Amino acid sequence: MLKKNALALAAVATLGLSRAAPAQTQDEARALREQVDQLEKRVTNAEQAAAQASNRPAGENALNPAVSLILNGIYGNLSQDPANFRINGFIPTGGDVAPPGRGLSLGESELSIAANVDQVFRGTGIFSVSSDNSIEVEEAYIQTLALSNGFTIKAGRFFSSVGYQNQVHAHAWDFTDAPLANKVFLGNQLSDDGIQLKWVAPTLLYFDVGVEVGRGRNFPAGPPGGREKNGFGSGNFFTTLGGDFGTGTAWQAGLAYLATSPQNRAYDDVDSAGTPVTNSFSGASKLWALDGILKWAPNFNPTETYFKVQGEYFRRSENGDLTFDTAGATGGGTRTGGYASTQSGWYLQGVYQFIPMWRVGYRYDRLNAGGTSIGLVDSGALVAADFPILAKHNPTRNTVMVDWSPSEFSRVRLQLAQDKSRSDATDNQVFLQYIVSLGAHGAHKF
Amino acid sequence: MRTIPKLGAALSLALIALPAAATLNVFTCEPEWAALAQELGGDKVSVYSATTALQDPHRIEARPSLIARIRSADLLICSGSELEIGWLPLLLTQSGNSKIQLGTPGYFEASQFVAKLEIPKVVDRAMGDIHPGGNPHVHTDPRNIAKIAAVLEGRLAQLDSGNADTYHSRAKSFLARWQAAIARWEKEAAPLTGVPIVEHHKAFSYFINWMGMREVATLEPKPGIPPTPSHLAELLDLMKSAPAKVIVYSSYDSPKAAQFLSERSKIPAVMLPFTVGGTDKAKDLFGFFDDMIERLLKVVK
Repeated sequence: MLKKNALALAAVATLGLSRAAPAQTQDEARALREQVDQLEKRVTNAEQAAAQASNRPAGENALNPAVSLILNGIYGNLSQDPANFRINGFIPTGGDVAPPGRGLSLGESELSIAANVDQVFRGTGIFSVSSDNSIEVEEAYIQTLALSNGFTIKAGRFFSSVGYQNQVHAHAWDFTDAPLANKVFLGNQLSDDGIQLKWVAPTLLYFDVGVEVGRGRNFPAGPPGGREKNGFGSGNFFTTLGGDFGTGTAWQAGLAYLATSPQNRAYDDVDSAGTPVTNSFSGASKLWALDGILKWAPNFNPTETYFKVQGEYFRRSENGDLTFDTAGATGGGTRTGGYASTQSGWYLQGVYQFIPMWRVGYRYDRLNAGGTSIGLVDSGALVAADFPILAKHNPTRNTVMVDWSPSEFSRVRLQLAQDKSRSDATDNQVFLQYIVSLGAHGAHKF
Repeated sequence: MRTIPKLGAALSLALIALPAAATLNVFTCEPEWAALAQELGGDKVSVYSATTALQDPHRIEARPSLIARIRSADLLICSGSELEIGWLPLLLTQSGNSKIQLGTPGYFEASQFVAKLEIPKVVDRAMGDIHPGGNPHVHTDPRNIAKIAAVLEGRLAQLDSGNADTYHSRAKSFLARWQAAIARWEKEAAPLTGVPIVEHHKAFSYFINWMGMREVATLEPKPGIPPTPSHLAELLDLMKSAPAKVIVYSSYDSPKAAQFLSERSKIPAVMLPFTVGGTDKAKDLFGFFDDMIERLLKVVK
């Protein structure tokens, strides 16, 4: 009985289903069609929205130049007072060569604005605000976009192409401060008001040559700000070679020759009696700079690890007159005699990123005071002790650093250095520094 | 000034000279565009790629050899959308080459011609190194390649009108083969639909979107920020509650993070070619997609 009933039920159920099926299928099909229509509409809308969104924003604001701000701050612990900093054996540059101060201080804040001006020019302005609230135009130049055949012209104020490090902004340096050679030969970092013409050769091996003429507003030219005269106060010739070795090593080598004719380039010293005096040099200053850099990263992919080694050699000869005590502060008054010097200096540094975010580095600095002849001393009018800063000394410095960069936009660095710039004391320095960049993406300069 | 061209000529002989001017010199930022230009240009173009599939195209320096190459380029093809923001502007200003500057026909930004994914609503560096214009890795969807090929054909013809017919016929042939390949890939890769996936970097978003896969996490805590132990620990927890079926990393990523997560979660990790040249099989654009799909199917099936 049970079996029969079950069968009957099953049959009724089957029949019922089959009778209802066509109506249900039609309903389902209609519903599905509606769903498809709706989906199609949504897809079209989404596609339109995506296409619109992927276009750049319109309006006045869209033409804003690339703006970026660099902030940095330092804690310094120095065994010698940075206010007394000097590099013995070398004429002071008047530049900002002293190490960062003791205790906590704000470093240079740098505002950079750049954009293509039009189809012909690109413009860049970089302004730095020092911790003492003074504003300086670090670079402000235009550059051609429309020249062909490898030519570029740059005009305005820019870092001179003398060596490698001089063209790199301080926030991108691998160490907190500049090499000693850059401090004594380029016043820390040389920028001038001028014009640069550069030509890149049409070869697979990178090769460029260029000339710069400038106002001569900074050391090694002088006086500071440049002479008020027609023509040029400085001239620089430079050339660069560069290329790749294999699939992971890139190199570059450069040579530059900077010639200036400083007039009344003054510096402060004390005479043998301890009276503060101002001396000045007039004559010709010629500087050769040779630089080399080698970078290695597996397959040119520096994400995980990379190594770079960088070195520069400078050789300067100066010939002219050295005037003692221009202000007549001493009993003997102002006196002038000949001056000739040939001096050199170099540094070599290596930086290794051993794991992502972490790098270590070592730098060795050495300067060679070379042969200096001071006419007033040679003639017996004065004694060598009247020029204590120029007393022969070969400064050296050892520097190590470790830094951590949580992203491309920030870096925290610890640096230790033993600085023998002074002839009579060793300065042991510790710096803890942060450098961050806000706004437009920084350039990955080689 | 007369001596400079002479000096240049002498140096060209002394050093290795660039390819003859008879062909169009194409400088590409990434290998996929070099491969595409080669497909469309054949022997009418001489193609150079600034990067390889073993490099993160974002983290490149404007090194001298790249300046030397871009200096003589007639056409520049880059992904754009700020992918090359760190180095391309420097190359352009250093090149002394007016033909490939922004706004000229010689400047071709591939990602401009397709709809972009992951356009951020809010842009802030606290979110990592994000691209305001959207994800720039558009080449991992073959339908984007087709769209870009169609525009690129016109650009090649504009720059080198004498060979316009060649470019047109080559593009036609390429697109026909490409559409057939897309149909084949979509059929082959059907098992990938809906598969949850973990990426190292958002390098394959367009591929994932095309395949209908589901990205559930990235090994990078934020775009461009290397994986951290704490983030990987979080991912391990996530994989316990909502496991992915596959972890992928690209040919330029370090395999360490993917392997770490894979060993502990028992989810297979697969290296995918980031672009043409990323694996032996990814010799050209066809091989690139063949190999990506093959590698994924091996572990997902």
